[in-house]
Amino acid sequence: MPEVDEPARAGAETVLRLAGVTKRFGGLTANDAISLELKSGEILALLGENGAGKTTLMSILFGHYVADEGHIEAFGKRLPAGSPKAAIAAGIGMVHQHFTLGENLSVLDNILLGTESLFAPRQNTAKARKRIAELAEHFGLAVDPKKLVSDLSVGERQRVEILKALYRGARVLILDEPTAVLAPQEVETLFKTLKTMVAEGLSIIFISHKLNEVMAVADRVAVLRLGKLVAEFPIAEASKESLAEAMVGRAIEMPTREPQPLGPVVLQLAGVTVAGEHGKPLLDELHLLLCGREILGIAGVSGNGQGALAALLSGLRLPDEGTFEILGEPVKTTSPAEMLRRGIGRIPEDRHATGVVGDLSVEENLILEAAGSPRFCNLGLLKGRVVRRNAKDMIERFDIRGADPTTTTRALSGGNMQKVILARVLSEQPKVILANQPTRGLDVGAAAKVQELLFEARAEGAGIILISEDLEELLQVSDRIAVLYQGRLSTPVAVENADLKILGLLMSGHGEFEQQKGARGHAA
Amino acid sequence: MRLEPRAHVPFWLNVTAPLGAIALAFAFCALLILWAGAPIVPAYTALLKGAFGSTFALTETLTRAAPLIFTGLAAAVAFRAKLWNIGGEGQLYAGALAATYFGTGLITLPPLLMIPLLFLVGAIAGGLLLLVPVILKLKLRVDEVVTTLLLNFVVLLFANYLLFGPWKDPLAMGWPQAAPIIDEGILEPLVPRMRLHQGFLWAIAFAVFAWAFIRFSKWGFQIRAVGHNPEAASFAGVPIGATVLRTALLSGGLAGMAGVCELAGLKGYLTLDISPGFGYTGIAVAMLAGLHPLGVIASAIFIAAIYNGADAMSRAMSISNYLADVLTATALLLVLASVLFVRFRPRLR
Repeated sequence: MPEVDEPARAGAETVLRLAGVTKRFGGLTANDAISLELKSGEILALLGENGAGKTTLMSILFGHYVADEGHIEAFGKRLPAGSPKAAIAAGIGMVHQHFTLGENLSVLDNILLGTESLFAPRQNTAKARKRIAELAEHFGLAVDPKKLVSDLSVGERQRVEILKALYRGARVLILDEPTAVLAPQEVETLFKTLKTMVAEGLSIIFISHKLNEVMAVADRVAVLRLGKLVAEFPIAEASKESLAEAMVGRAIEMPTREPQPLGPVVLQLAGVTVAGEHGKPLLDELHLLLCGREILGIAGVSGNGQGALAALLSGLRLPDEGTFEILGEPVKTTSPAEMLRRGIGRIPEDRHATGVVGDLSVEENLILEAAGSPRFCNLGLLKGRVVRRNAKDMIERFDIRGADPTTTTRALSGGNMQKVILARVLSEQPKVILANQPTRGLDVGAAAKVQELLFEARAEGAGIILISEDLEELLQVSDRIAVLYQGRLSTPVAVENADLKILGLLMSGHGEFEQQKGARGHAA
Repeated sequence: MRLEPRAHVPFWLNVTAPLGAIALAFAFCALLILWAGAPIVPAYTALLKGAFGSTFALTETLTRAAPLIFTGLAAAVAFRAKLWNIGGEGQLYAGALAATYFGTGLITLPPLLMIPLLFLVGAIAGGLLLLVPVILKLKLRVDEVVTTLLLNFVVLLFANYLLFGPWKDPLAMGWPQAAPIIDEGILEPLVPRMRLHQGFLWAIAFAVFAWAFIRFSKWGFQIRAVGHNPEAASFAGVPIGATVLRTALLSGGLAGMAGVCELAGLKGYLTLDISPGFGYTGIAVAMLAGLHPLGVIASAIFIAAIYNGADAMSRAMSISNYLADVLTATALLLVLASVLFVRFRPRLR
């Protein structure tokens, strides 16, 4: 067994070896004879679309699944299959995409959970606390160990997960889509931490489908497609284009924005204020004008009023002050059903929690909003055949993969789940569309499809509010861009005139947020 | 052994898993029978004969199943919407009280109208009773588990008061019982000289109705959506409050009809022992059926058969009839555990 405690040098020893790992689920081969090596002191990016088999592979590595063929060696020793305990003992730590923390416990308790004997009369917390503080300081993972996890932000929770792995002596850390939930600044901090770790000789497997991030942080990249390892090269030899092509298996065409003549005004917010807790408004005298056939991109770090703006348009609350007009008619009462009646299509931020009912079938989720309409319902009874036909049409039209009408929606991948939501929303031909983070967590192919669908809706006359944290996406998709900062909206600028640097400054609160009533900012 | 989530659950598994669990429960209880000093095969034969072995045994089992179907449906419908209605017992008595009020001479109609009327008023009484805790839940977030459970005692004590006071039948030789239901309101026997009555057919009819309602109606669809993910349902414009209220009326109504069924089908007059806890057993019936309304029929008959059969077994083998409780409890636990194997695939490494 090689020495693992010795500080890593360049070209150091192999810490992890996957040999011919194959895993089948029924007829589907999720992993097809995958062989990979991880050296100490490196960050290996595992790149692939949703459903390419990344998470399955890592679940096998961590012992959640048992491979049908092949085996895994950690530090030269063969890892017993199917035992997370053995994986932990071998120094493998995993940070799942969906965190596995007890919300009602403190940070300290979460980290200690499972590391101490169940029958110990008393936890030896003093020593543990010291060790955690050391780890936290060393790797820049600041969290207060006394805080309850339910009070932590997503970024902090992730740090707790990493600390948990480190506390258990992890030498190999697997991070499953770690940036999916983080704001841009938090991503920066995370990357810094990761670099510190590998400098210490730890090794990291970084699962992602975001090319930028892979290019920024990885030393080496392995690309999975449809369960197969299709490419593996040092990052120096990779380019975004080559990675994207390897990942999707074809050159990806990102949809392009065709110029469109503006339609009439479909949505107007004037001086809209939404009160928050502690006297600080969530939206502060917001002015916004949206026309048909345009996409207004709302940039900004999350937590700056995006939630309140989305809640207004979703029918979850009314403004406390100011006027709110849809298609020229003022909104006085609100509810989700009311917004649907007025022709607003809403794509919620959280697909799983608010977008779909995971335990219902695809066909049922597709009619969730329109179940009462005469199209699907007669005398209180659902028209089963129409519902089925509708689902078949939608699955084809919106390219929802891996689904037949009766598939449980929970079983779909994120991208296809999002397509179910888009199908439900867009098939009603809404006049105004709220798209809140519609591509977050989606792979390139699925994101391109979502954007294409938004463009189609725009071409049919809809005005679209696109809330996103991804500036690149906003610049590519929007007609105009405005920045939301502490509840105030900057004057929208046409995307042709948008300057990345100025947008960045606005996002951190530097710049003009004063607005005149009716400020349009429309490009001619 | 390891568990992996299944993408698709095959239909046969949904049926065989609970049956397997029940078989396992019988195997487990065989040990207890041995321990009690009786031979297994004759004991189980006695149980089977006591449950289904003669016209009398079979009709008695089905008689007992009828109210359990109603209370089982009440629990199944409510639990589908994640409305934890533990008040089936109270709603049952509320239904029986209403049927007594209207059915003891206040209104006289031909049987063809009288019987539906009694079921209707019983359902309304049960539904309204459940509406109280549900409105408290919606408006003030009062936990309905506590309120529905406690309401059982309120209703039972109220019935107690009526039967010892204003409603006491002067012709009942001092027994605390109400005046009998008029002849037009009586559920006729299905088999001559047996107790099995039309109430059983009503129960089957309502099970089919509840199944079709949940499965095919818009409101049933909304009940399922709200039960699985209230946040997403609400976001999609499903009225949560109205859906929960509808569920409450339906659930309470079904439990109320259990009271009518027992009152007008068996005794003919209200006493304080018309239900030996049918409202509570209904919860077990619903869970055993996986909250499926048609499954409720089978699981109600199963539980009724166990209780009837265990009585017979107890007499024949002189072992305690508490074995019925153990058997149903084990079956319930094992069926719940079997759900794990339905949702996940066990794999030998």
